[in-house]
Amino acid sequence: MDRPLTRNIHADRRPIDLRGYRDNGGYEGLRVGLGLSPADCLQRIKDSNLRGRGGAGFPTGLKWSFVPMGEDCSPGHKYLICNADEMEPGTFKDRLLLECDPHQLIEGMILAAYTIGADVAYIFIRSEYHIAAQRLREGIVDCEREGLLGDNIQGSGYSLHMHVHASAGRYICGEETALISSLEGKRANPRAKPPFPQVSGLWGRPTIVNNVETLSNIAHIIERGPQWFNDLGLTEDAGTKMYGVSGRVKNPGCWELPMGTPIRTVLEEYAGGMADGYELRGFLPGGGSTDFLTADHLDLAMDYDTIGKAGSRLGTGTLIVLDDATCPVGFVKNLMDFFAQESCGFCTPCRDGLPWSAQVLDDIENGQGKPEDLDTLERQVEFIGAIGNTHCALAPGAMEPLQSALKYFRADFEAHINQGCCPWKARQ
Amino acid sequence: MNEPAPSLINALSEAELAAIDAEIAHMPQRSGAAIDALKIVQEHRGWVSDASLAAIADHLHMSAAELDGIATFYNLIFRRPVGRKVILLCNSVSCWMLGSDCLTQQIRDRLQIDFGETSKDGEYTLLPVTCLGACDKAPVMLVGDDLHESVTEDRVRELFDQPGAPNG
Amino acid sequence: MATIRIDQQEYTVRDGDNLLQTCLSLGLDLPYFCWHPAMGSIGACRQCAVLQYQNEEDQRGRLVMGCMTPVSDGAIFSLQGDKAQRFRKTIVESLMLNHPHDCPVCAEGGECHLQDMTVMTGHRDRSYRGRKNTHRNQYLGPLIHHEMNRCITCYRCTRYYRDYAGGTDLAAMAAHDHIYFGRHEDGVLESEFAGNLVEVCPTGVFTDRQLVHQYTRKWDLQSAPSVCTACAVGCNIVVGERYGKVKRVHNRFNAEVNGYFLCDRGRFGAGFVNLESRLEFPALRRPDGRYDALDHHRALEHALRAMEAEKVAAVGSPRASVEANHLLRLLVGNARFYPGWSRGEQGAAIRAMELLRDTEATVPDLAQIETADAVLILGEDVTNTSPRVALSLRQAVRNRARDMAGELRLLPWQDAAIRNLAQDTRNPLHIAAVSNTRLDDVAASHTCLAPPDIARLGAAVLEELLPGEGQHFGDPTVDALAQQIARDLRQAKRPLIIAGAGYGNTTIMEMAAELAAALCHGGCEAMLSLCQGEANSMGLALLTGTGGARVHRLEDMIVQGDIDTLLVLENDVERRCSRRGFKLLRKHVKTLITLDSLDTATTSLSDLVLPTASFAESEGTLVNHAGRAQRYFPAFPPANERRPAWFWLLALAHERGIEATSRLHQFDEITRHCAASIPALAGITEAAPRSQFRAHGLRVPRQTHRYSGRTAMRAALSVHEPKQPQDEETPLAFSMEGSQRDTPGALLPYFWSPGWNSNQSLHRYQKAVGEPLRGGTAGSRLLYRQGHATLERAAMPGAFEPRENQWYLVPRHAIFGSDELSALSPPLRELTHPAWLEITPAAAQALQVIDGDGLIIENERLRGYRLEVRINPSLVAGCAAYSAGHAGTFGLLPGEWVTLQKDPDWQRREPAVIASDRGGVA
Ligand SMILES: Cc1cc2nc3c(=O)[nH]c(=O)nc-3n(C[C@H](O)[C@H](O)[C@H](O)COP(=O)(O)O)c2cc1C
Ligand code: SF4
Ligand code: FES
Repeated sequence: MDRPLTRNIHADRRPIDLRGYRDNGGYEGLRVGLGLSPADCLQRIKDSNLRGRGGAGFPTGLKWSFVPMGEDCSPGHKYLICNADEMEPGTFKDRLLLECDPHQLIEGMILAAYTIGADVAYIFIRSEYHIAAQRLREGIVDCEREGLLGDNIQGSGYSLHMHVHASAGRYICGEETALISSLEGKRANPRAKPPFPQVSGLWGRPTIVNNVETLSNIAHIIERGPQWFNDLGLTEDAGTKMYGVSGRVKNPGCWELPMGTPIRTVLEEYAGGMADGYELRGFLPGGGSTDFLTADHLDLAMDYDTIGKAGSRLGTGTLIVLDDATCPVGFVKNLMDFFAQESCGFCTPCRDGLPWSAQVLDDIENGQGKPEDLDTLERQVEFIGAIGNTHCALAPGAMEPLQSALKYFRADFEAHINQGCCPWKARQ
Repeated sequence: MNEPAPSLINALSEAELAAIDAEIAHMPQRSGAAIDALKIVQEHRGWVSDASLAAIADHLHMSAAELDGIATFYNLIFRRPVGRKVILLCNSVSCWMLGSDCLTQQIRDRLQIDFGETSKDGEYTLLPVTCLGACDKAPVMLVGDDLHESVTEDRVRELFDQPGAPNG
Repeated sequence: MATIRIDQQEYTVRDGDNLLQTCLSLGLDLPYFCWHPAMGSIGACRQCAVLQYQNEEDQRGRLVMGCMTPVSDGAIFSLQGDKAQRFRKTIVESLMLNHPHDCPVCAEGGECHLQDMTVMTGHRDRSYRGRKNTHRNQYLGPLIHHEMNRCITCYRCTRYYRDYAGGTDLAAMAAHDHIYFGRHEDGVLESEFAGNLVEVCPTGVFTDRQLVHQYTRKWDLQSAPSVCTACAVGCNIVVGERYGKVKRVHNRFNAEVNGYFLCDRGRFGAGFVNLESRLEFPALRRPDGRYDALDHHRALEHALRAMEAEKVAAVGSPRASVEANHLLRLLVGNARFYPGWSRGEQGAAIRAMELLRDTEATVPDLAQIETADAVLILGEDVTNTSPRVALSLRQAVRNRARDMAGELRLLPWQDAAIRNLAQDTRNPLHIAAVSNTRLDDVAASHTCLAPPDIARLGAAVLEELLPGEGQHFGDPTVDALAQQIARDLRQAKRPLIIAGAGYGNTTIMEMAAELAAALCHGGCEAMLSLCQGEANSMGLALLTGTGGARVHRLEDMIVQGDIDTLLVLENDVERRCSRRGFKLLRKHVKTLITLDSLDTATTSLSDLVLPTASFAESEGTLVNHAGRAQRYFPAFPPANERRPAWFWLLALAHERGIEATSRLHQFDEITRHCAASIPALAGITEAAPRSQFRAHGLRVPRQTHRYSGRTAMRAALSVHEPKQPQDEETPLAFSMEGSQRDTPGALLPYFWSPGWNSNQSLHRYQKAVGEPLRGGTAGSRLLYRQGHATLERAAMPGAFEPRENQWYLVPRHAIFGSDELSALSPPLRELTHPAWLEITPAAAQALQVIDGDGLIIENERLRGYRLEVRINPSLVAGCAAYSAGHAGTFGLLPGEWVTLQKDPDWQRREPAVIASDRGGVA
């Protein structure tokens, strides 16, 4: 099986340096890419059908194509930003790529920046990933020394300066426009779109924000071509994907598998199935802001469209498993508390609606719930859950676990209310 | 007539200033380095006092109010003194499922502190943190710069029962 | 134009507006919080949600935010759709989770936008059972009260304070539902425009601190349309009264003048009207120096007797109405009428009037100032002399941002997007002043020069625009700057030159006028604005004219001493002449008669004092700095024997048998007479409708429909409700009966509309949101672009030559303190510093003084001046800046050379208790 993203990653997670990376064929993609025109590079990415791995799955080539080029672009900087803020509950895939193969990301970023004509690139990394940040900084210095970054890269006439920015901690910084606000040294409030960052982003200039995993794919695609990438996927979607599983499974972890690998394969073959004595009740397929799926969905392919059709989202591709010993109300409440706490506080439904939902869930979980509380929750789901009703996608994401829990685990909510206590706690 | 008070500028050390200026160098506006500057000063001093905040604001040509608005937005800028080591205990869903609540309770009991508090000896501050991106090794926590994975009760005991630690 | 459908009804609306704005303009009720007509949209509160349908077939629709949705042809919306209504109700319910429901004790109650919106959405019962968040309030100074628990986090306060007004000390703190709007520590809000927070905040977080302590509900205020008298800009205000006291001043929208905002001098400066020390009865001086109260008959008798003397003269006033000055002049004759300015002021005021009258350039209103795309301020500290202009300049420098936005096809109301795009791109604003100014933060350049050199800079710029005599400044940096300024001005479509009377230097104003002329010559729409001293400086200058009576200097007149009887109209002569002159006043004038509302140094010297009504109790016309005549109306009748100055003067004129006044009986007739006899003032009759005006046959009511307790108010005196006073002079009534519909802009006493109890009801009075009032914009412009004066190209003024051990005096204005009347207002008094003299650090070192020490100021003319030292590092070398208009600096003249010396007997003031030291409790 071709595992381009993790080919340099070892079980002991030792990092690979520039020398090792090059010895293993690294920066070959860059050589190829710099030989092509930016337009040709863009075409390759478009043809590869690469979709953003940050959660939304937006086609990467299409996104890049909105960046004004040449004459259409007013003079000034353009920016490429790598989103390495990974804070979505249950998500732990970017960390692996960042810590173990920094040059794969750097190479991808140089090519991405070259394609869109960016002259400055930032890696926006969460503060807790200090080891990764350190390795990236070292990687950048090494590249500068070898002419892979800086002015006139490899004699191509193309220049790029790359910086690592460590965040000061807030989940909302992962939202691309909030990230841009934060990079400008401001409060990380998301921005209304349009204008999209592609035309007015960092410092008002054209900007592309991509996820770590997305950018880590770029060099491979440029080097080996779109067809190769398309062929990697098992279904419509192209490439490989970093999948992960956490929760009460035998072997939680993170693996690179072909896009479209069935859930069952990930869960049973790679994660080893449920831990002994536990039953699967459901799972969030792609991090804390995706809808629950249940055992009925185990045979679905883990790709954007299939999961979407099943009523959830592929999200980050990292499953969080709910077992039968865990109270689903408590599970959802934990997430709701998280989202309420991480709301940037800009728009009303999120700032006040999420704490309100969390408070209702808290009452239910503590046996203080009332039947009409479920109506309140339904109302919140209806109004906060729809994209567009809030300023950014945080709040709708927060509603996804709740809305699907109300669908699949309604009886558990009702049991809490009827019994006046949490059945799981009572059982202990 | 709001002349910068020179004593405040001087309040930042050479090393801090150098690091901040390096960030400013690639920003179109000085204030763009606000978060970096707060973090740099925090790295040196453990936290950002009112005086530090004023000094940074001055150096960045911005107002203390604006900078405080930024400082208080972020989780990891400390506007109050913290212990020598900050314990960031993940309480997000995967860790919660695997018992982070028990760990929290245990640490609370051992160090006699609640979330947001610093142990009497000034060694530890306990803070909750959102998902640390190591959910496959849940429950996890960061103590200072060290990530502790699959933390058990024994491990907590080992970590915090060292001689000198309270209740040790 | 676009045709859209809202709830099955078709409307033709302006393309590209946002839907919220469109709905409000159409008179449809759509609730909102974060949007503001002057600040645009950010989409934070999500209150303005409506359903949008993709096409005819679409039955479900999608929720969109009205304020973020541009209307375009064919769009289909629903405000009433069930889903939209439920969503909006849920939003209000969410906002109310933490709201304290303390309306009964909240100063905002009854005019609270949050109350209105809550009722509008139909939210009633909360289902939330959790605890409410609580916040600590801050002490923000004497003007603004802070009650953070009422906050609904709409972000309007910081958007206004920081983004719109350029304030830096108020920010959003923390995140999620802990967001806090405040300072980083307790303390007085720094912005001169902080008071607008009171009107910008949709609930009671920021309220008028004076009102908090003795609040009156909006519905219980008796209000009248008025004009701010605190500077020459003439912002339109609403004065609200109860129990014979001015309770508060609110903004009165005028599309061409102040728009939605006032400055704090204006908003909080009317407190002098309520002072205990105000005169209520005519007073006659006894030989022992004490006064007897008289009734007005006897007072007039005394006055008439005194006026029978041979040499009778009168002193007018730039803070009195055109009408009062006109009558005064009729009373004593042109030759014996002295306008009442000081030596320096007079030349500046008259010259400013001439320059504006004769210029080919546009003399801009504030709204036009906001359209400028390059600005040069030559020697005027705008924020402190004409504060509201500074707020407009902050908008002008953002025009380039709007242009950039246009290129990306962003719409002007997409506020956050435009700010993100443009970042700190600004139109060029160049400032030359004697020291730093409060606009420097948005200026492309700010240069500190002495006034003569500021004029030279003007000449150097002129040289760049119209190369001629090779008049260069002589200093390479300044000449490079002059080149840059000229380049910026030349490239602009609507360049604006601002100067003014602030430094008492007419050459600077002349340079400004020449620059404007040169720019007009170059084919652009240049603008020339000259700031002036007082509310009616321009009116008085137009009245006085250039060629009319040879106006002598007040000082000379007194000193020559050929006056038997002197009438002083609303003027404190002490402020206008030297100490010697003022001392001689008593000595050389046999009978001094003063008409004033306040107890001033002059009234204290007078033989007879006639108490006049303040602007809040009388009517009059003022002409603002741009030549706009505006009428103010009484909000309440003057108590006791107070009378409008015009009333006293008219009575005197009648008794004296002054022919010209024999047919004048009413205020309107005076106005008309004045207009008819002085061509320059012909337009003043258009400033407001005549007293006969009736809307739908009715007068305009000063009291709201819900005005309550008319009997109860006086119950302690009598249970009989007295007859309401009649107003013979204006179309307004001291009553709740009447009609406010289609009221002309000049007559609107307050803004209220069914369902809209807050000031947000304003849109119901506008042609469309943000546009002029439906009843017409108040005021009439007296200066048309009539001038084609070919200005003599002035010779290069002499350079400023600093002297050894001598200092060149320049006036330094303070927003709080330099204006006579507003400085007396109690909350502003707290913010006013005692008189001071600014010197450079080098001078301080040479004189061996530090901040807070005293200096003795002397020259051959001046003796006995002692002022507190303030060290100002930005002050230009060789100059010393005195606090203009402060007791202690009267008589100092701009441009005088003085010697300074440390005052050995100076008592340092106790450091004032800083409010924040009191721990926020005030
Ligand atoms: C609340 C929120 C948090 C997000 N956090 C992350 C994140 O941590 N990392 C990430 O790559 N994308 C995150 N995203 C998605 C980004 O907004 C953006 O879509 C992504 O970085 C684009 O990259 P891609 O096109 O490569 O997927 C987040 C989105 C939201 C709404
Ligand atoms: S949904 Fe609104 S409040 Fe929540 S994070 Fe996004 S912008 Fe902020
Ligand atoms: S007014 Fe539209 S979102 Fe606030």
